[in-house]
Amino acid sequence: MNQPDYEFLRKLLRDKSGLDLSADKQYLIESRLLPLARKAGLASISDLVQKLKDGSSTLISQVVEAMTTNETFFFRDKVPFDHFRDVIMPELLKARANRKSIRIWCAACSTGQEPYSLAMSLKEMSGALSGWRVEIVATDLSQEVLEKSKAGLYSQFEVQRGLPIQLLVKYFKQAGELWQINSDVRGMVQHRQLNLLHDFSQLGTFDVVFCRNVLIYFDQDTKINIFGRLAKLMEPDGFLVLGAAETVVGLTDVFKPLADRRGLYRPSGVASTAKAPLPGARVAVGN
Amino acid sequence: MKTCLVVDDSSVVRKIARRILEELGFSVVEAEDGEQALELCTKSLPDAILLDWNMPVMDGYDFLGRLRRMPGGETPKVVFCTTENDIDHISRALNAGANEYIMKPFDKEIVAAKFQEVGLIQALSAESA
Ligand SMILES: C[S@@+](CC[C@H](N)C(=O)[O-])C[C@H]1O[C@@H](n2cnc3c(N)ncnc32)[C@H](O)[C@@H]1O
Repeated sequence: MNQPDYEFLRKLLRDKSGLDLSADKQYLIESRLLPLARKAGLASISDLVQKLKDGSSTLISQVVEAMTTNETFFFRDKVPFDHFRDVIMPELLKARANRKSIRIWCAACSTGQEPYSLAMSLKEMSGALSGWRVEIVATDLSQEVLEKSKAGLYSQFEVQRGLPIQLLVKYFKQAGELWQINSDVRGMVQHRQLNLLHDFSQLGTFDVVFCRNVLIYFDQDTKINIFGRLAKLMEPDGFLVLGAAETVVGLTDVFKPLADRRGLYRPSGVASTAKAPLPGARVAVGN
Repeated sequence: MKTCLVVDDSSVVRKIARRILEELGFSVVEAEDGEQALELCTKSLPDAILLDWNMPVMDGYDFLGRLRRMPGGETPKVVFCTTENDIDHISRALNAGANEYIMKPFDKEIVAAKFQEVGLIQALSAESA
């Protein structure tokens, strides 16, 4: 792949999805985009780039989606879900005792393992939640993973990564070779397509935000901007949960880490300066 | 070092399981059927048992029932590892005292995840996305 083509794709990906590729990721682009180019009847990355320059928005989305990493699994890293059960929910049950409603956002839900892990956790504490309204909003940039999440169908391999066997027996049904999460659990999760680079204030206010293993792909300014806008849409006593390799430390003071609770953050009350999406993102076409 | 008893009538499966378990830090003992496994358990109880279902002489389900009635037999963590991949078999195994259940085919990642689930090994260090 020639340098101008690489730079074009790098910029396109950064503008559309926030993906921050270093200068030496040609092989990654080739391995993911060459199959896509061929499927579209194009012979090379150069032809693909030409087509993209002509401004085909479906092709742009396909390229962006092909470059995302959708790796996920049930109860990934375990600890955040222990925090959810042992810290977040007990505290919210007290703090929201009058309102009796809680809103949770999975901000990059991929194929659904994360929101469904939360939904199953809630089912497991349903005794304490009777009379409560708990909403889980699951969003992702990629339409393809959202469709899979909505269907709630998983392979035998997927249901054996992180999902305790008791929960498989309790909340799944066999569907041929696959396993489908029960409709009452599926019904607890609302799906929407959403690009984190764009304005998301219309989603309303949340008590809990799981934003895990997505900011890791973004550059520093984008991370800071998203933290700022996340802080704005969260309840002052809400909880933010990040991935194992992510932190706010050194980037922003709109959230503060909870002592002894790895990956768990709360709004600090400090006002953010970044309240709108970064300029480039607002005029984005396609996604 | 923790010990794991691998019970499977296939020598190939035992060999694969042994390699994975040794990589996970276990010292491994093998048995070809439930009867052999029970004999080994009366001599010394392992920390973990990776257990096939269908085997000649004594199957895994039968073995599990007898193990759990032995003195001290409730302590080993028992993880089924079988091609019996339907809810009925899984439920029966859990009712008989199995701690976890692996549906074959399996690999290191699944064994590690399941052993972690029942507290036999620590969480793998945080990996990135
Ligand atoms: C590695 S997965 C993380 C899934 C899950 N949160 C977890 O931790 O297991 C990353 C997800 O982020 C999504 N993604 C990437 N860029 C995005 C963006 N700009 N807006 C929203 N989602 C994005 C991808 O489509 C992918 O499904």
